[in-house]
Amino acid sequence: MSGLDIDRVRADFPILDQQVNGHALAYLDNAASSQRPRRVLDAMRSYEERDHANVHRGLHTLAARATRAYEEARKTLAAHLGGVSPEEVVFTRGTTESLNLVAAAWGSENLGPGDRILVTELEHHSNIVPWQLIAARTGAEVIAVPVLRDGPMCGHLDQDAFRSMLDERVRVLAVGHVSNALGVINPVAAMAAAARAVGALVVVDGAQAMPHMAVSPAALGADFYAGSGHKMYGPTGIGFLWGRGEVLAGMLPYQGGGEMIRTVSIAGSTWAAPPQRFEAGTPNIVGAVGLAAAVDYLHALGQEAIAARETLLLETATAALEAIPGLRIIGREGPKASVISFVVDGVHPHDLGTILDAAGVAVRAGHHCAMPLMDALGLPATTRASFAFYNTEAEVAALAAGVREAQRIFGTGAGAA
Amino acid sequence: MDSSELMQLYQDVIVDHNRSPRNFRRIEPCEAAAGCQHADGFNPLCGDKLQLFVQVADGRIADIAFEGSGCAISVASASLMTDAVRGREETGARALMATMQSLLTGQRAVDDALMDEVGKLTALAGVAAFPMRVKCATLCWHTLEAALDGRGQSTTE
Repeated sequence: MSGLDIDRVRADFPILDQQVNGHALAYLDNAASSQRPRRVLDAMRSYEERDHANVHRGLHTLAARATRAYEEARKTLAAHLGGVSPEEVVFTRGTTESLNLVAAAWGSENLGPGDRILVTELEHHSNIVPWQLIAARTGAEVIAVPVLRDGPMCGHLDQDAFRSMLDERVRVLAVGHVSNALGVINPVAAMAAAARAVGALVVVDGAQAMPHMAVSPAALGADFYAGSGHKMYGPTGIGFLWGRGEVLAGMLPYQGGGEMIRTVSIAGSTWAAPPQRFEAGTPNIVGAVGLAAAVDYLHALGQEAIAARETLLLETATAALEAIPGLRIIGREGPKASVISFVVDGVHPHDLGTILDAAGVAVRAGHHCAMPLMDALGLPATTRASFAFYNTEAEVAALAAGVREAQRIFGTGAGAA
Repeated sequence: MDSSELMQLYQDVIVDHNRSPRNFRRIEPCEAAAGCQHADGFNPLCGDKLQLFVQVADGRIADIAFEGSGCAISVASASLMTDAVRGREETGARALMATMQSLLTGQRAVDDALMDEVGKLTALAGVAAFPMRVKCATLCWHTLEAALDGRGQSTTE
């Protein structure tokens, strides 16, 4: 049996063992932020209590320990990303800062009037807005690959439209690996190959893929790949940007300050090599330590065991929700991560969110920072349940029961006249 | 929060006004010169949208109507509001707005004096137990204020 011992796994996450509003907590909002195992909390506490000093400066023992902890964290993450070079891994505050870094630092030097930045309607706002900002400054234009609005593959990107939009004017493809709003997995490798064939830079938002699967961004054919610690069982305030070495080496700094320079004089300064060039100021050292501990934890569980568990939860929850009359899953067809976005006739997602919370079930209700997607699908909002390997079938049942309770309150669903 | 608070929030009046909102229409044409004010309300956090039309004549709200989409609390609150302020003096509507603000944020308890003041709007009192939902209920009132002030827009930020 390679399956996870779910009771032991749940014991690793102290936060899960609590009552909310008189019910056992069912935390199904993992796509917004996942919880941290004890191993992460312990690593961070140990660093803070024993090893903290500033990094890359100072000759004393604690400075050496802190620097080592920080750089070991970078190596752990580089190994996790399919064995890329640690020099290609930049620590950031999170996916949002990573994407802003690429848009600002690469875009300001490489984009101009007539150039096109190809995003998609599935993107999180963080992979749209930074591109709009740099487009406004450079004269480039942002266009979007549409999602399929109906049919069996509703909610997936329209690959025919994507190919028809590709030409030499497209300088950037900015695409999410996994949709945060729907959970659908985009065929990123094929899209990257097509985009590179017309000379476009390929920037992948991996925030929602990292918690679910082993990712090798170089093998995917990406130029940049971004992720967030807190979506993958690590802390908030830390994330990463992987960049292809030769692309990073050709980029000017994103922010100026300490750590990112080689020499400074009033007449001018020179830059450190990547990744330090893109890490101005004292970094989030304890965050990096926590992120590395999260990676170690994922490896200890095993990526295959995690995937098997999440597939089971996705299938169980899909079946339980589809059995409810008046409920429609948006983006039902795979390939998918363990995320289910749905609407219920006659019950607004915000009301459903409140009713579920009263039953201890935590979900996200709203536009999921993906307003263009909601507009495309003609929906004001959806309810999203996102599962982690530590979730249970009992929690799936609590979700389904909560939806039925909402239908009862609103007089809709099976019991309605 | 427990299930009784949930029942308090989603009582029959709220469910009914959500399913069959009153005064759910537009006033057309709505021209400022003729005393009609229009304002859009928007809650950027959740996407609730509201278009409010207010026809004022001789300092009195002669007609009021709305369109929009949102959760049950926001739709029912707007529906109840239109019924409550229709025919009132503008000053009276503004006073009611202030009372509702304190009711919805839990600064004022439900008692006989309050019930005399707000009537059926008492049904919204349960919102006070759900701090995350207060803005759903106040959106329409902010939008009414924007319309009466001659501002075209209101957000709950």
